[in-house]
Amino acid sequence: MSSKVVQALYNDDDVLMHAVKEVRAADHHIEEVFTPFPVHGLDKAMGLPHTRIAIAAFCYGLVGLAFATWMMNYMMIQNWPQDIGGKPSMSFWYNMPSFVPIMFELTVFCAAHLMVITFYMRSKLWPFKEAENPDPRTTDDMFLMEVSVKGNEEELTAFLQNTGAVEIKVTEKH
Amino acid sequence: MYKFSSKLKTFSIALMVIGILGVGYGFFSAPKTVEDVKEMLHDSHDSHHGGESKAHLEKEALAKIENHGHEADASHGDTDAHAEHALHQLQNRPWSALYVSVLFFALISLGVLVFYALQHVSQAGWSIVLLRVMEGITAYLPVGTVLLFVFLVLSSMHANHLFAWMDSSALDPNNPNYDKLLVSKSGYLNIPFFLARAVVYIIGWNLYRHLSRKRSIAMDSASNLDIYKRNFKRSAGFLVFFLVSESMMSWDWIMSIDHHWFSTLFAWYVFASFLVSAVTTIALVTVYLKSKGYLENVNDSHIHDLAKFMFGFSVFWTYLWFSQFLLIWYSDIPEEVTYYVTRFNEYKLPFLGMVGMNFVFPILLLINSDYKRIPWLVVMGGIVILAGHYVDFFVMIMPGTVGENWSIGIPEISAVLLMLGLFIYVAFTALTKAPLLAKGNPFLKESEQFHY
Repeated sequence: MSSKVVQALYNDDDVLMHAVKEVRAADHHIEEVFTPFPVHGLDKAMGLPHTRIAIAAFCYGLVGLAFATWMMNYMMIQNWPQDIGGKPSMSFWYNMPSFVPIMFELTVFCAAHLMVITFYMRSKLWPFKEAENPDPRTTDDMFLMEVSVKGNEEELTAFLQNTGAVEIKVTEKH
Repeated sequence: MYKFSSKLKTFSIALMVIGILGVGYGFFSAPKTVEDVKEMLHDSHDSHHGGESKAHLEKEALAKIENHGHEADASHGDTDAHAEHALHQLQNRPWSALYVSVLFFALISLGVLVFYALQHVSQAGWSIVLLRVMEGITAYLPVGTVLLFVFLVLSSMHANHLFAWMDSSALDPNNPNYDKLLVSKSGYLNIPFFLARAVVYIIGWNLYRHLSRKRSIAMDSASNLDIYKRNFKRSAGFLVFFLVSESMMSWDWIMSIDHHWFSTLFAWYVFASFLVSAVTTIALVTVYLKSKGYLENVNDSHIHDLAKFMFGFSVFWTYLWFSQFLLIWYSDIPEEVTYYVTRFNEYKLPFLGMVGMNFVFPILLLINSDYKRIPWLVVMGGIVILAGHYVDFFVMIMPGTVGENWSIGIPEISAVLLMLGLFIYVAFTALTKAPLLAKGNPFLKESEQFHY
């Protein structure tokens, strides 16, 4: 069975922020909020947990650093240690300074790209993905809050109307 | 108004007293004659004997004479020359120890002044509640730079041998000290011009510091923004002057110690070193004052911002440190690379240790957003960064003055304590002279409500 949601539309981010706080205080469950631009502090008002993407990026950076170190050590020191312009190729540390630019760049490369890919995967973004916005106006100038209906539908609609919503729709969520 | 707590005052005076005693001891215990040195060398001979490694193969000819392992082959005259060389280095040691500390603390307050000017020019909104803290720290600038100038005058009067180029016999072709490479540089490196330049830098910096402080206090009771606008323009002018004077200052006061060596990004490198120390000092003083309840408008977002600057400038310092090292190491041109050969062979622990203290430690500690808001973590990181940059200045100056006869002992630590005591005394006295909130600044409201 599909559940019902109320979609309340707002035309101002300050009103939206206020409404989010009221809805949370009244113990209604906010399914989702759609905004045309980042609203500063909305995640905090909604009580969303912190993102851990920075931690992931740090780990990816370490992976990049480890990969670069292994690669340079294997290629330049172990596999074919040639004398190239008098550079000391007898141990990794002797020749380490010349590897640093590559170690740095690969650290940044892995941290950046893998973090972006993680972001796409976690937020389910890819080409040809079907857009999920319930109302096209939310990409332009409207803010939309989806609240799941539990208990009295009329009461909830009236409550949302009081929070400053300019329009209220009740739809089936599939 | 801030009240200088008697505990801190006693602490700073105690530091100065201990420091003066230690510095005095350093001068007292330095060898007076070649005979003293020979005795010392004889005593330490056995402990040094076995440890000589292949690193010595890379040393210059002069260093070879010093090599204790070769003493048996060397003629009597060489031993004498060696002992005399060591004598000069050992006599330099208390002077160099003092010089590193005097320079380090003077440059910290200069760095704070630059950061202060940057806040005005960039019209930063977050830092207004910290401006008075910065002004307090820069109160040390006149004291520090005058001490530094006295030191440079003493060096010019041959009270010590820190700056080898000051020896005029090196310009005389008939003298055994004749230094052909110095002759071509003597248009720039000569004592009158050197001191005149120092006067210009010191007056320039102190003038800006004096006037900006005066305008800042006048702004507290101003009814319009005229003073603010004037301060903005003067700050921009100061930054231009600073950049030129800082470059020349680092050539004069630091690079000329190794006067056969030169590096183009050296001035930036020195700048990065004292700028990160300066921001760290601001953070430490802010955390201290906040813990005593004097800065009610400073919240953890201000600390967070300072910690971000500490982090960023630490990385910036490392970038310049490594760029200078990599380019010289990579091309391995003999006249440049000796600079790093000496440091690598004789200063390995401080030279590599400071990379750990100035880069690895802060980057791992301060990369976390939450940690940057925790005062004791910022203080811990700050102390390591300051110690690390002291070592940085140590490694810039000592190899050219005391060479292999370095250590971090009573003269060095006492000199740091002396200057630290003086620094605390002067800075915290200045903090009591004006309210800790710069009321006249148009960005004050923004700064009070700043949160990140």
